[in-house]
Amino acid sequence: MNFWQFLQLNWPELLLLIRQHIVLVFIAIAIAVIIGVPVGILLTRHRALRGPVLGIANVMQTIPSLALFGFLIPIPFIGGIGARTALVALVLYSLLPIIRNTVTGILGVEPSVREAAVAMGMTDGQVLRQVELPLAMGVIVTGIRVATVIAVGVTTIAAAVGAGGLGVYIFRGLRQYDNNLLLAGALSAALLALLADFLLGLVERRRKLVPTAAAVIMLLICVLPLRGGSSNTDNTDNAGKVTIGSKDFTESALLAEIVAQMLEARGVLVERRFELGGNLPHEAMVSGTLDLYPEYTGTSFTAILHHKPIGDPRAVYAQVKQEYAHKFKVEVSAPLGFENTFAILVRGAEARKLNLKTISDAAPHTPKWRAGFGQDFMSRDDGYPGFSKAYGLRFADVREMDLSLTYIALSSNKVDLIAGNSTEGRIATLDLFQLADDRHYFPPYEAVYLVRQDTLARVPAIREVLDKLANSISTDDMRRLNYEIDGNRRDPKEVVREWIGGKR
Amino acid sequence: MDDAAANQQLVQFRNVSFSLPHASTPIISELNLDVARGETLVLLGESGCGKTTTLKLVNRLLVPSAGEVVVEGKSTTAWDAIALRRRIGYVIQEGGLFPHFTIAANVGLVPGLLGWDQMRIQDRVRELLDLVGLAPEQFAKRYPRELSGGQRQRAGVARALAADPPLLLLDEPFGALDPLTRASLQREFAELSRRLGKTAILVTHDVREALLLATRIGLMHRGRLLLLEPPDRFLASDNQQVRAYLETLAVTERGGTTR
Repeated sequence: MNFWQFLQLNWPELLLLIRQHIVLVFIAIAIAVIIGVPVGILLTRHRALRGPVLGIANVMQTIPSLALFGFLIPIPFIGGIGARTALVALVLYSLLPIIRNTVTGILGVEPSVREAAVAMGMTDGQVLRQVELPLAMGVIVTGIRVATVIAVGVTTIAAAVGAGGLGVYIFRGLRQYDNNLLLAGALSAALLALLADFLLGLVERRRKLVPTAAAVIMLLICVLPLRGGSSNTDNTDNAGKVTIGSKDFTESALLAEIVAQMLEARGVLVERRFELGGNLPHEAMVSGTLDLYPEYTGTSFTAILHHKPIGDPRAVYAQVKQEYAHKFKVEVSAPLGFENTFAILVRGAEARKLNLKTISDAAPHTPKWRAGFGQDFMSRDDGYPGFSKAYGLRFADVREMDLSLTYIALSSNKVDLIAGNSTEGRIATLDLFQLADDRHYFPPYEAVYLVRQDTLARVPAIREVLDKLANSISTDDMRRLNYEIDGNRRDPKEVVREWIGGKR
Repeated sequence: MDDAAANQQLVQFRNVSFSLPHASTPIISELNLDVARGETLVLLGESGCGKTTTLKLVNRLLVPSAGEVVVEGKSTTAWDAIALRRRIGYVIQEGGLFPHFTIAANVGLVPGLLGWDQMRIQDRVRELLDLVGLAPEQFAKRYPRELSGGQRQRAGVARALAADPPLLLLDEPFGALDPLTRASLQREFAELSRRLGKTAILVTHDVREALLLATRIGLMHRGRLLLLEPPDRFLASDNQQVRAYLETLAVTERGGTTR
């Protein structure tokens, strides 16, 4: 599919994402102006405050955006997942340029003009409104312009907390190694930034447009969110609604979509909060903003409950189920029937040539090999550090890269060994070979659904669906489904609909 | 001093000293000075002698460190600063016009602050622009950057006169102008102040300007008032500083250059 065909097929979704993106940036900048300009004015009146306040705003800007989103998730009222958290982070990022330029603009007013204003008998308020602000307006607008362009960029990260926007395409494109998605997301974001820069540049040169622009922004803020700014969240009755989340990879989104469609078939109102990064789904579920998401027992066991990895699937499942009920008031469904464990992969040709079957077989060769691992594998307890120790592996080089890129890196000889997912559709299509975990190092990663106990009580249909899904998805099924989406670039909703139809 | 006498004196400096915080040498030391209604007092002195500071003490842009400045019988610190300033016209070099206001808006500023209605302000602006020789239909809608230095200065004077204040403060109003424009503006101002009977305190380092405009000349040096005399007695003074000033005048007369 070329880019043009992609656009023809996906333009309604793309337009929706662009609108979400614009709304997020608009609201964030408006709030930042409403806070930032008065704070800037205050700083011109109280010199002592200038250093500390600008310092704090400066520090805000240096926090990596993903980390800032992470900090905000557990905070009540302003945190959680969705547009609100994204807005808080965006406002914090936008404050510095606006405050700083307000201060610079006002202090930059010609002293003789300010003195004349005071000497004419203007009050401090009159000097501010009639002389300082109008003369500083150009510099202040420049600050707003800088903040806006930054915000357009940062908003792409907001997709990681389920706020929508063009980041959805960028993240999805990275994961699925789909250049069309990446291009559509990145290009649109870049064009938005250029457009914002151009329009604010126009306002900057023609000060008389400032009131008009301000009025337009206020109007848009009043109107836009009502028209479905943040996906399908607003204006609905929350009583019977179930919010379903997923992690930020294809399989997780697929499993979430399966439950979502089966619930919808039973008349349950579903809100989708898919593709959440890192531990966000867990934190969101514990804090009550998510009701249900697919998880793997091994991940819960090690990454959430912080136990040392063990090999017995039954024991892991039993302990996770018991501790989740106790600690988080969350129920763990019956296993879905497949595992998605770390698959230690090499090129098929290499495996055949060297006659490799197990990880132990490969150990003598690894000092000549380069390894490529995802961020997740590098950092988690049951990942690289424990794994390399368990097998006594040493590598010529270890590279940390995006998980979805490791498959291509391996098949194109950029690295020689990777830790992929066992259900990855591309294992077969790229002729990769999975080395057996002969020392049973990796804990069992059985797929399950996690659901809040209070939600289960509120919506009985969930239990019915989960019972139906128990032990009903095989590893082969999962690889095939994954490949339909990642390999054949099909629409997940359609793939899931077909699969559910075939099961019936 | 009885009330009638106090009423004659529009501005009185009583033992006024002024120094910046943490500075060892004062900018103004023990200044005593009365400005009578209707007179044009010119403060003469080189840069840094304290003459501009003296001016700013009158409209409370600065407050004395010691002593008091009395305006219309009331100490500046007892005045409401805003009310005081609206009764005092202030003209600085280049006029200090607001670059984002039209000439009409600049001139109509203080009347606007005082809450005059629009019609009255418009009439007053037209009257004043005529008075200072700027044709209203030509200049009212222009911005300061579209005017020459001399025209800006005229607009500055018009702005200071707008609310008909009893007192004008002028800080080197003609300093930035070319010699020809300066000379003609000085003559016009002398004529204007005689006609309007305003009280004015004017600061300059130009002896010729002082001699032309002043009813009395105060010579300042290092924060002190050395001499306070009408122009004829100033010319006749044998004070060393005065002689030095008059020397420069003689040089420019002979050499034909002004600076």
